[in-house]
Amino acid sequence: MKKLALGDDILLTVDKPARYIGNEINMVVKDKEHVAIRFVMCFPDVYEIGMSHLGIQILYDMMNKREDVYCERVYSPWTDLHKIMKERNIPLFALESQDPIKDFDFLGITLQYEMCYTNILQVLDLSGIPMLAKDRKDHDTIVIGGGPCATNPEPIADFFDMFYIGEGEISYDALFELTKEWKEKGYSRDEFLMKAANIPGIYVPKFYHPSYDENGIISEFTHDEGVPATVKRQVYSNLSEAPYPSKPLVPFIKATQDRVVLEIQRGCIRGCRFCQAGMIYRPNREKDVEVLKKNAYEMLMSSGHEEITLSSLSSSDYSHLEELVNFLIDNFKDKGVNISLPSLRIDAFSLDVMSKVQDIKKSSVTFAPEAGSQRMRNVINKGLTEEVILKGAGLAFEGGWNKVKLYFMLGLPTETKEDMEAIAVLANEIAKEYYAIVPKEKRQGKCQITISTSFFVPKPFTPFQWEKMYTPSHYLDCAKTVNDAVNAQLNKKSIKYNWHHADVTVLEGVFARGDRRLSQVLLNAYNSGCLFDSWTETFDMQKWVKAFEDANLTMEEYTLRERSEDEILPWDFIDCGVTKAFLLRERKNAYAETVTPNCRQQCSGCGSASYKGGVCFENKN
Amino acid sequence: MKIRIRFRKYSLMKYIGHLDILRYFQKSMRRAGIDISYSGGFSPHQIMSFAAPLGVGLTSDGEYLDIQVESTDSSKESIKKLNDVMVEGMEITSYRKLSDNEKNAMSVVACADYHVFTKSEEKLKLADLLEAKKSYYDESDEILVTKQTKKSEKVMDLKSLVYGFDIFESEGKIYYYVKLSTGSTDNVKPELFLTAFFKHMGLEFDETDYQIHRLDVYCRIEDKFVSLSETGEEIE
Repeated sequence: MKKLALGDDILLTVDKPARYIGNEINMVVKDKEHVAIRFVMCFPDVYEIGMSHLGIQILYDMMNKREDVYCERVYSPWTDLHKIMKERNIPLFALESQDPIKDFDFLGITLQYEMCYTNILQVLDLSGIPMLAKDRKDHDTIVIGGGPCATNPEPIADFFDMFYIGEGEISYDALFELTKEWKEKGYSRDEFLMKAANIPGIYVPKFYHPSYDENGIISEFTHDEGVPATVKRQVYSNLSEAPYPSKPLVPFIKATQDRVVLEIQRGCIRGCRFCQAGMIYRPNREKDVEVLKKNAYEMLMSSGHEEITLSSLSSSDYSHLEELVNFLIDNFKDKGVNISLPSLRIDAFSLDVMSKVQDIKKSSVTFAPEAGSQRMRNVINKGLTEEVILKGAGLAFEGGWNKVKLYFMLGLPTETKEDMEAIAVLANEIAKEYYAIVPKEKRQGKCQITISTSFFVPKPFTPFQWEKMYTPSHYLDCAKTVNDAVNAQLNKKSIKYNWHHADVTVLEGVFARGDRRLSQVLLNAYNSGCLFDSWTETFDMQKWVKAFEDANLTMEEYTLRERSEDEILPWDFIDCGVTKAFLLRERKNAYAETVTPNCRQQCSGCGSASYKGGVCFENKN
Repeated sequence: MKIRIRFRKYSLMKYIGHLDILRYFQKSMRRAGIDISYSGGFSPHQIMSFAAPLGVGLTSDGEYLDIQVESTDSSKESIKKLNDVMVEGMEITSYRKLSDNEKNAMSVVACADYHVFTKSEEKLKLADLLEAKKSYYDESDEILVTKQTKKSEKVMDLKSLVYGFDIFESEGKIYYYVKLSTGSTDNVKPELFLTAFFKHMGLEFDETDYQIHRLDVYCRIEDKFVSLSETGEEIE
């Protein structure tokens, strides 16, 4: 039997021991003595969340295809094990070899959301790796970050030796070759980091120096000699040729995403102005449908999963969706494989498909208008109109559905009371449509319309990156406005309204656009016991308030201030394809309530054509 | 066609609970290409049932599940196909065809036997244990234990539900052999029996310190216990 890092006395007392033993289907086993580089990939949240993440599966497969690299995995120990490991001084370990993280050359941490930042400190702390990069010595593990939050790595820059900005499929080979050279030639850590900083997409924070004026605004952002002034986000142009895992890992315990995930495209043609993913993953790149069919078949066979889902920002925009979906239904439906279709626009085609793969009585149709009024939707460039929504809902009601889910955001730029109230009015219109279309004798009770609102958080590299946010009490007032408006509707009994807590939104806003001064706040927060902040059961706002006070910073200076268009933003040194000129143009269009056509209708010159691929070059020779 | 599969669960797999083992086998059937039957409806599920769920932390040489298939290869080929897709800690040891009127494994289970031994250094003496066994089991008419249920405490007599109890030493380690009534009624867990035995000796049975290993599961055929592995027939 493989030696485990934890004994029965621990594993049989903590919740879900399967989180810590590895051994899953398709786990890669290599002899650590016969590899040059040991890499451990971390998702800083609990196992079931981390195992559901597609990006890690792609990188795990890609890195392990190299014979000289062994990529393993680690996730955040849940609070029960965290306590035991701290008390007994047990070092954090990788799942595959069960070896301490400290023994690895690289610890790669994926940054998927801001509220996992204290979990990064937990991983470093339990691993016994110095938390601050400046305290690490020549032979300490290199800590590298990547993922969407790496587009503004500054709040966590002090904890990382380097960040990989962009899609992992490109520069890891160069980094690994350099690492082997480092080991052979015995460079110092700094020499290695300096050379790494010259690999496309690699950002080494220690060579870059922000200074702040008395208001906490960046006055200067300088860099050392020998490193580039801007770091270009890496984008893989021909996605059909990119490596994709044919043997995904299959956990024993139920993960959040317990299914085959088929990535059909990256990026989005829509250009919603609040959406960071829609900007930073540009240009939109579709995968060849034949490649997808092959991927789907291989992954279903090797995993044994009973469900397959499509991954993309807007599945309906994928050119060969119909062909792909029919292929999946024809080939797998009678083999007991369920097909799940997220992010579909509700129309005749999608309803037809849904009726084949779902139980209409139990399922619901989903719309994400994001804003209640047409004026507000024009501001955010969400091209969905009330007419389209009512038509889609009407078709769904005719098809037998009676549950509708609606998603909106509150706290958007220029939002008025009327815009918020329009959310309730729209829900009421949908209910009216139901009672108009479905005759009484055919109704299965009332229709059920569920409104969910979240609060808007401005993100880097979006046209709203300069906008101010609001106080938690303002957000709750917004939710109350919607709630009151719902109660004033004729069909209020058919409408249910859910809203989010505001505290986490504010913190997310601070870190999304934060700067390096925040690292002290994170240290304070972790040291005072903050962990798993994205979990309501563990989130503690009081500790965060104290963490800011002790660092002599306020949340408000990050959230309530509108940035001026000429100031240096913490992430300005990154080139994401989309240019600042484009983002400013889009900001003006937002205020003018002008809709920008999608990438297939007309090119808006966002700058991502510099990546020489995808939709920018469709139908062109 | 009904098939009875026997498997071993050991090593790391002892940390995986029963419901996850069920999910594991559902995926394994697909990976191995077993032509398993599905129920109808919008979310069809495989027709599969287990004999007697094994608790987390226990290992076993004799676990059983029954499946229904549309068609099948020979026992030998099917075992190979399944073992090719198993992880470390799971091994298929038999695959036999049941007659159509055979009841499923869960309903026929009558008893199971176990070896129990300490995971740490042996502190007890065989002679003392055998002495205690005499008064606790061999010469006693009743073994009263208090069984904790969700709602209440229940005093039950284990004497008629324990079909075998032995203690022996092998390579410096003491093994407890127990054969206990198992199933939906009168289910006796080995830790319940041994806790009572240790209490009888004035000792405490620390569950995390002992490995419980199930040897096999039996059904009752004409007053005899027959291993479930002997039910059904090989497929040539």
